[in-house]
Formats: sequence, structure tokens, C-alpha cells
Amino acid sequence: MPPDAKHSAPHILSPGLLTAVWGALVCLTGLTIALARLDLGFWNAVAALSIASVKALLVILFFMHLKYENRLLKWLLGLACLVLAIFIGMTFFDLAYRGLGTP
Amino acid sequence: MTEAASPQDSPARGFLTPEPGRGGLASWIFSTDHKRIGLLYLTCIMTLFAVGVCLGLLMRLKLMTPGNTIIAPQTYNAAFTLHGVIMIFLVVIPSIPASFGNILLPLQLGASDVSFPRLNLFSWWLYVTGALVALVSIFTGSGAPDTGWTFYVPFSERTTTNVSVAVLAVLILGFSSILTGLNFITTIHQQRAPGMSWRRLPLLVWSLYATAWIQVLATPILGITTLLIFSERVLHLGLFDPSRGGDPLLYQHLFWIYSHPAVYIMILPAMGVISEIIPVFAHKKIFGYKMIAFSSLAIAFFGSLVWAHHMFTSGMSDVAVLVFSFLTFIVAVPSAIKVFNWLSTLYKGSISLEPPLLYSLGFILMFSIGGLSGLVQGAAGADIHVHDTYFVVAHFHYVIFGGTGLGMFAAMHFWFPKIFGRMYHRGRAAWAFGIIMVGMNTLYFPMFVMGLEGMPRRYYDYLPQFAHAQFISTVGSWVLALGLLLMFHNLYAGLRRGAPAGPNPWGAATLEWSVASPPPKENFPEPPVVSKGPYDFAPREHHV
Repeated sequence: MPPDAKHSAPHILSPGLLTAVWGALVCLTGLTIALARLDLGFWNAVAALSIASVKALLVILFFMHLKYENRLLKWLLGLACLVLAIFIGMTFFDLAYRGLGTP
Repeated sequence: MTEAASPQDSPARGFLTPEPGRGGLASWIFSTDHKRIGLLYLTCIMTLFAVGVCLGLLMRLKLMTPGNTIIAPQTYNAAFTLHGVIMIFLVVIPSIPASFGNILLPLQLGASDVSFPRLNLFSWWLYVTGALVALVSIFTGSGAPDTGWTFYVPFSERTTTNVSVAVLAVLILGFSSILTGLNFITTIHQQRAPGMSWRRLPLLVWSLYATAWIQVLATPILGITTLLIFSERVLHLGLFDPSRGGDPLLYQHLFWIYSHPAVYIMILPAMGVISEIIPVFAHKKIFGYKMIAFSSLAIAFFGSLVWAHHMFTSGMSDVAVLVFSFLTFIVAVPSAIKVFNWLSTLYKGSISLEPPLLYSLGFILMFSIGGLSGLVQGAAGADIHVHDTYFVVAHFHYVIFGGTGLGMFAAMHFWFPKIFGRMYHRGRAAWAFGIIMVGMNTLYFPMFVMGLEGMPRRYYDYLPQFAHAQFISTVGSWVLALGLLLMFHNLYAGLRRGAPAGPNPWGAATLEWSVASPPPKENFPEPPVVSKGPYDFAPREHHV
């Protein structure tokens, strides 16, 4: 078996921790709605995407048990998230500068 | 050079042996054997390639002379759209990974199959379903799609042709590609034989690994994008419509976030094939193994950051134009690393000019021309002049047909004796290669000139000043078709009557050559233990 084939043991989370994560997700949803009512211009999108990223991270770490998986899986998911962040970031980068510097 | 064989010379048929208790076709289309699935892909891909070539020939025939000739403008629009959709999504993207990748990956790793054989078969079924839905889009609704393979908004939202079904086909094909990539990544991590360390992986495996990551990370964005077009057409959400707060450039971003890395899905496996072939026929350890492996990953990474170089004239911000132009030039570095390392491998090698090496040398020439012409378009200023002209068409065909296409043909000639246990006529293969090269350059090189002179792509008609070059280009398409016919006829004749090839006719050192030809169903009678690198060749002997 190759070295990266280690298997992690099943892990059961306590109801308290799961409820706390759920509470955090509800609070962050409320924050998203509150921020959407303010006019922050370009930063509205940044704030909404940042909050959504934190929520996704919480779901992946606790509900999908990534926190308790082996390091390889964490690295692979981290790479996927990095690439997604670059895709979104560079698309918004164009939007941020559009119309500037042209007569 | 002896190629004819008598029936008693038939080699053992290995995995090609009919399975007991299951009918002919069923034993293929329900097989989870990676080699059979690879051959299923190869058959489908080559069949669809023939369809794409016929559409290309039809377009070239129309363009031979100016004016309204053999087909109407709307038919011409449908022809170039179908040519693009078929060639890109059904032929070139799955070409080497789905066919040769499937056949060879477990063999090169020393494994008995991929990690998820049933998922692998499901990928093929998704591919076939996607192909059928694409066919349905041609013959149903109010006409075949006429948007070009890029499905740009706002036209793709408004045209009455059958775009909705075509984008669904692309969505299904995307899922097939993602699942294949996922399977390959897991297989490379989990199924390596004892002793097969990362530094002993054949370079084809490295390139398939880099490709698989692009498939997994970028293809979902294509899925989302096609769904958004579908939603726009059916629900009229206004996502890309400025009058309703949408952004048409967002579509172009989303489309190219996938479709530019897709170019590397197309070319990286071909580079892997070339990296396998050159050391074998130079009979010399590959020069710069680590750098070639690393450059595959670097191309995959940097190639994912350059998509907006397709959008320099779109109205995108000037700052973004500069950034994407700079990043585009960076991709040239790992590509050049590969080319220089291949040439360094050949230098002072003991070269056998066999057909697989001929196609590989063709690849290097055509890819270099195509790649360097890409830098002309990557330069933001020069791109204003050549954008949407024949220059782009020439560049793309040099890279994809001259690169991936020749890489695929090189793979076909290199692994043919391994897969089928027989040898084709090598003299005829060399002739076919020569005719293909002449045809390809006669067809595509005039397009560079026409593009620089301002001939727009996708136009049904043209000014008289382009008549000579258009005529030459069409003649080139006939020469190319002749070469392709000769090549396929030669391979088919080899399949039927070729002499038994033996397990290792080329004297290669990767694991697939250590088993019989064709390989047995279970790949390795005994699980292999790897104790040397993929390019540590035995002293030269006389081969077939």
C-alpha cells in the first residue's frame, strides 16, 4: 500500500459542538443579510463572498469531518479552495478596475 | 521490415479474448476492464474525429472560392459550430487521457485497474450520452446550433437554434471528464506498485496527473456556465444582460476560466506521450526528468491563470489586460523547458527514426510554431490586430491538431503493438506522416498570412485579395485527408494482418512493456516490484 493510503478512523462529534457550528452558520447568514442592506459598493461582493467562504469552511471542517481526516486530504482540498479563490478573485479584479484609465 | 503474417502467427489475444458467457458487444460496453474502456473511448473518439474532419473539409470546400457556393450561410454557421463542438468536447479533450490514459495508467503504475472501475465505465456512458445529446441538438428543434463552440452571450441567449440542448450535452460531457480526472488522481495516489515512487513515475503518468487536476478543478465551472446559459434561455434571469443588471463579460470570464485550462487538458497528455517516446527511440535516459515532471504541474497551474487573454478586445479593464498578458508569457517558460529537454534527450542519442518518433518530431515542430504564435496573441498590443482573425485559427490548429493530434497519432503508433499484439507497416506509416505534415502546413500556414492581412474568422465570404490563399488552404485540406486515410488504413491493415509484435518491440523500459502483447486481462500475472526508473534502458539489442 502506498504511503498516502492511510485511513482515518471514523469520528463522532458531540451534539454540543454540532449545535455550536449550526449557531455560527445561522449568525453568519444573518450577518450576510444585514450587510446586503448597506451600500458598500464593490465591498458588498467581497463581504458576501468572505462570509460564504467562512460558512463553507465550517461545514467542511465539522459537518464533513475534514478536521479529523489525514493531511493529504486537507492539502488536496486546500489546493482546490485556493484555485477557486484565484478564479473568483481574478474575475472580480477585472470588475474592480473596469472603466478606470480609459478616456 | 517484415509486416505480413500468416494466420498461425496470431498472437495470444490477452484482454481482447472474448469473455465466456457474455455476448460480443455486451462484453465491451459493460466491461469494467480499464483497457477495454480505453479502447471503447478510442473507437468513439476516432469515429467522431472522422465526423469532425468531414465538417472541416466541407467548410474548406465552401471557402475554396468566394461567394455563395455549395452551402448556405446558415448551414456554414452550423458546420463551424458543430466542427468546434465535436472536435473540442468529444474528440480532443477526452482524446489521450480517456483512451490511452485509461489503457496505460494502471499498466504503467503496476496496478491491476484504476481505483474505481465502475465509475470509469460510468464515465464512458456519460461520454456516450453526451455525444448522443449533442447529435440530438443537431437534428431537433429549429436548427443546429450556430453560435460557434464558445456559446458567447448575448447571441447564444437569443438565437432560435437548438443551443439549449447543445449546452446540456456539454454539461454531461463535463461530468464524464471530471469523473475520469478524479479516478486518475486517486489511482496515481493509491494504486502504485511497491517501489513505484513519485520519482519513478513515467512522465506520461505525471502529465495525466497534472491534467486530472485541471479536469477536477476547472470543469465544474464549465458545468455551471452551461447551466447559466440554459437558465438564461429558459428563465430569462438577466445574468449576462446589462439592461437588467447583468454583465456580458462575466460569461466570457466563466467560459474561459474552464476553456483555457481545457487547452492544457488537451496538450499536456500529448506532451506526456512525447516524453515517453523520445527517450525510447533515442535509446537514452530522458534529459531533465524532474524538470519535465515539474513543468507539467507548472503548466497546469499557470495555465489556469491566463484565461482572460481571450478577452483583450472585450472591454475588460486595462489593468486586467496587463496582468493576464504578463501571466500568459509565464506559461511559455515550462512549455519551453519541455521542448529543450526533448531536444537535449535526442542530442547524441542512438536515434531510430521509427514512426512514433517521426510523429513526435512533427509534434515538436508544429507545437513550437503554434506555441510561439500564441505569444503574438498573448501580447496585448499585437492581439488587437490579430484578434478574431484567421491568425487565431491557424495558431489553434497548429497547437491542437499539430500538437495534440500528432501526439495522439504518435501514441497510436507507439502503443499499437502493445495493445493489439501486432505491428503495422512501418514504411507506409512514415509515408502517411509525411503526407499529413505537408497537408497540415499547406492547410494552416496560409491562415497565418490571411489573419495578419485581416481575414476575420468564421466569415462565410471574403474579399478577392484572399482568394489565392483560401484556395491553397483548401488544397491542403485534401492532402491532409489523404494522409489521414493512409494512416488509418495502414493501422487497420496492421490490426488485421500485421506480424506478431512481441512484448517489447521498441526496447522500452516502462512497466507496460514487461507484460505480453496484448496485456493479459489482470495486467500482471504477479504483482510487480519496481526497482529502477522508467528510462533505465537495457543495452541495445536488435528488435523487430
